[in-house]
Amino acid sequence: MTKIHLTVDGGAVSEDVEPRMLLVQFLREKLGKTGTLIGCDTSNCGACTVHLDGRAVKSCNVLAVQADGGEVTTIEGLAATYDGGELHPVQAAFHECHALQCGFCTPGMIMRSVDLLNENPDPTEDEIREGLEGNLCRCTGYHNIVRAVQTAAAAGKGEEQ
Amino acid sequence: MIPAAFDYAAPTTVDEALALLAEHGEDAKLIAGGQSLLPVLRLRLNAPEFVIDLGRIDALRGVRDDGGALVVGAMTTHATVATDPLIAQHAALVSKAVRTVADAQVRNRGTFGGALAHADPAGDVGAPALALGAQFVIAEQGGGRRTVDAGDFFVDLFETAIGEDELLTEIRIPKHTGWGAHYEKFVRIAQQWSIVAVAATVRAEGGTIAEARVALTNMGATPLRATAVEELLRGRPATEDAIRDAVSSVADGTSPPADLNGDADYRRHLARVLTRRAVLTAATG
Repeated sequence: MTKIHLTVDGGAVSEDVEPRMLLVQFLREKLGKTGTLIGCDTSNCGACTVHLDGRAVKSCNVLAVQADGGEVTTIEGLAATYDGGELHPVQAAFHECHALQCGFCTPGMIMRSVDLLNENPDPTEDEIREGLEGNLCRCTGYHNIVRAVQTAAAAGKGEEQ
Repeated sequence: MIPAAFDYAAPTTVDEALALLAEHGEDAKLIAGGQSLLPVLRLRLNAPEFVIDLGRIDALRGVRDDGGALVVGAMTTHATVATDPLIAQHAALVSKAVRTVADAQVRNRGTFGGALAHADPAGDVGAPALALGAQFVIAEQGGGRRTVDAGDFFVDLFETAIGEDELLTEIRIPKHTGWGAHYEKFVRIAQQWSIVAVAATVRAEGGTIAEARVALTNMGATPLRATAVEELLRGRPATEDAIRDAVSSVADGTSPPADLNGDADYRRHLARVLTRRAVLTAATG
């Protein structure tokens, strides 16, 4: 077992883990943060996307020990660590645009979309589609997801003015 | 899917990592960003007894200017390489190729050196490194460093010149300031490995190709440098017809793989088409 210390959704966490434990297992099984989903288990689908030190990563493809000392944000802490509100602006935009059907890909889509808008606050439609290439929606509801990211980007611009 | 159990260490210096490699021998595996290794461990295609994590060795990260060359630390992430201003200015071919690796999440974790050491023939970092004449700095047991030219680094499928008790520390990329560059990657779906891709960088002088460097991805067990085509391109006008003629032999003598994405002849056809597009875009922007 290896002792790890990290920050998850704003709170300090210390746990003993097996080195082989994946970050997504750590979040779900040790911390009970089941908002982060396991989709494909092959690092293709992006459902397990969280932020590690501010960047989107696939938590099924990171060992928990690799996150030692790091700062993890999941869908569960996204709004609280942003401004303490109920919904992050990207979550609000997904709600407003009905950017989900079954909802399984949604946590990962939102976490990657936030990262995308941090990199590029005013993306074109093509940049959004390419930027989300690591997240699969098997309901194929991509149109509303793209609209939601555009809506969140426009709202962000409004805030800056 | 969970990897088989292993012991783990996260050294903070290259010397410590080398000592762990010497101690654990063939039971040990180095993990860089882990974006290729972790899927292999989860599928239990490999089950090392000991995993040495290079992620805590700060000296292996970053990009610096070293006069005639840029030096990229092996643990620098693809995301950093893709957006680094020095690389964009002096080795634009690398910036452009790295932006096509996998997807954003993988580029945030995956490393430039890790991908080169993994040496997947369909990976997108080998061909630009080969085209630009990169040199690979390898740490040996005992504290020494040796430098291997790109032409000698890629040995075979998933096999490089890095010895079992050694590790890659830096990649030195000779500056190609002012050269146009393009990486033309052919895939049929998002985040796919290259079916074939072509890396091209060109120094143009008033509409003429003064010098060109071309390398191919997934046209054999290793990235391939198209030196004969580079010679044929020298002095040609940067027009589609002239380039098409010069690159028509680019697939000669290659042994590309045949799989569900295409047979070998199809890949040879792709190599000719993609080389024309890559060189034309590199020459004319």
